[in-house]
Amino acid sequence: MPKEHANWSPYDNNGGTCVAIAGADYCVIAADTRMSTGYSILTRDYSKICKLADKSFMASSGFQADVKALQKVLASRHLIYQHQHNKQMSCPAMAQLLSNTLYYKRFFPYYAFNVLGGLDSEGKGCVFTYDAVGSYERVGYSAQGSGATLITPFLDNQLKSPSPLLLPAKDAVTPLSEAEAIDLVKTCFSSATERDIYTGDSVEIVILNAHGVRSEHEQLRKD
Amino acid sequence: MGVGFETVPFLTTFILLPKTSPLFPYSSGFFSQIFCESPTRLIDPQLVSSSLLPANLLILGVSYLKMPSETMDVPKTGFSFDLCRRNDMLAKKGLKSPSYLKTGTTIVGLIFENGVILGADTRATEGPIVADKNCEKIHYMAPNIYCCGAGTAADTEAVTDNISSQLKLHRYHTGRESRVVTALTLLKSHLFRYQGHVSAALVLGGVDVTGPHLHTIYPHGSTDTLPYATMGSGSLAAMAIFESEYREGLTRDEGVNLVTKAICSGIFNDLGSGSNVDVCVIEKGKKEYLRNHLTPNPRTYISSRGYTFSKKAEVLLTKITPLKELVEVVEVGGDAMEE
Repeated sequence: MPKEHANWSPYDNNGGTCVAIAGADYCVIAADTRMSTGYSILTRDYSKICKLADKSFMASSGFQADVKALQKVLASRHLIYQHQHNKQMSCPAMAQLLSNTLYYKRFFPYYAFNVLGGLDSEGKGCVFTYDAVGSYERVGYSAQGSGATLITPFLDNQLKSPSPLLLPAKDAVTPLSEAEAIDLVKTCFSSATERDIYTGDSVEIVILNAHGVRSEHEQLRKD
Repeated sequence: MGVGFETVPFLTTFILLPKTSPLFPYSSGFFSQIFCESPTRLIDPQLVSSSLLPANLLILGVSYLKMPSETMDVPKTGFSFDLCRRNDMLAKKGLKSPSYLKTGTTIVGLIFENGVILGADTRATEGPIVADKNCEKIHYMAPNIYCCGAGTAADTEAVTDNISSQLKLHRYHTGRESRVVTALTLLKSHLFRYQGHVSAALVLGGVDVTGPHLHTIYPHGSTDTLPYATMGSGSLAAMAIFESEYREGLTRDEGVNLVTKAICSGIFNDLGSGSNVDVCVIEKGKKEYLRNHLTPNPRTYISSRGYTFSKKAEVLLTKITPLKELVEVVEVGGDAMEE
């Protein structure tokens, strides 16, 4: 008797796109604010960016219920770390924690496509990009989500990151200034919105630098 | 596999296969293949299988009688299912077939005091990607009849063009203006004949000697006659507006505003619809095609500094092989266009 497969899936895709760019002394993390299901919009005003630590921000697209659960797990692990070590987690440490948390659920994954952005212990921008089960890599820039395939080739052309295989090891950070990087991100989202139905409404941009954190909003097409 | 049969005129061959044979699963596909080619050459499968054969056997292959004077140059009409088996085999191996260009879509129509108003959005999608930001979904059928199309873009284009030309021939034949019910019957018969495989959901509207008419036509061939109608993925959003605000005897401006509002509702609330609003107003003796009547979605952010794309592709290796050394080039005299 052949097995009947369930017609019910525990996952849903709420769409959206996330981008992060690392600079010499800043990091830009951006995500659109549209949450959708199927062909409908659930809300135009949903933040996909979460502050994990003082210098680490995570933007996640995919199934937002799993993203919420993941954020809670990371927040509680970070609190335990602070109690045990009397300091905040650095961005590379948070990157490893996220990878381990994702792999822990290797056989019933978090349907979350993450980019982690922040400043490392030297104050340089760092961006880590993940797949759904925790494989990660430090890169100079990354895009995830439904519009990623539209944005990544443009960023490759404008920012071309040196390969980590090249020796001597080159910095993965971009030579662009902070204002230019923000302009680039706005252009990326505005273009992705034109061609991806799941991206739009508005984009939330978080900028981390030595002076602190600030956030910007830019309106996008709402159709 | 059709090739072998076609070269043998006046011969009909049957290969009988018991149902327990391991080839049985393939045979039904093959069976439908032969019988789905040109309808003019069908041997009725029901007749053959029920009357001639015992119940536990199945015809594997049949060739048909062929007139010796027919040439093979005339393309067969209807669908060709030659590649069905190959596609199934590839799909089993995991190849994803290319998705169709669908129009996602919100299309509407309503009857106002003097005629009919049709409306449509302008986004064409291919899965989650927008393939065309400003396509035309209101198709011309006759000078007094227009048709909005939702579903597979190729299907809506082809079926409306086909019926439009049939209507023109009919106008020449009868010497009269086309009627909406004529277009309706031609469209519904065509779609029914293709059993829903032509994925076209249409809103047909026009004004003829009998008055204004508005119909919806579904891919399987059923139709409805309505005072206001919506189709496509955004139909619920648009119908919500119509159900709240439609009333009989709207003026032209009220009608255009209501249609625009309904399409905008589809554009902003349905992800399959977007970009601009097209409107077409048809009254007795005149029509107005308002292409891009409303453009509520301009590009939001345009960078003032602009971007340069001067980085050339890196040349890694250049190797030039003159072909004259490998092949013999012989110039043939005569016209370039000769066969």
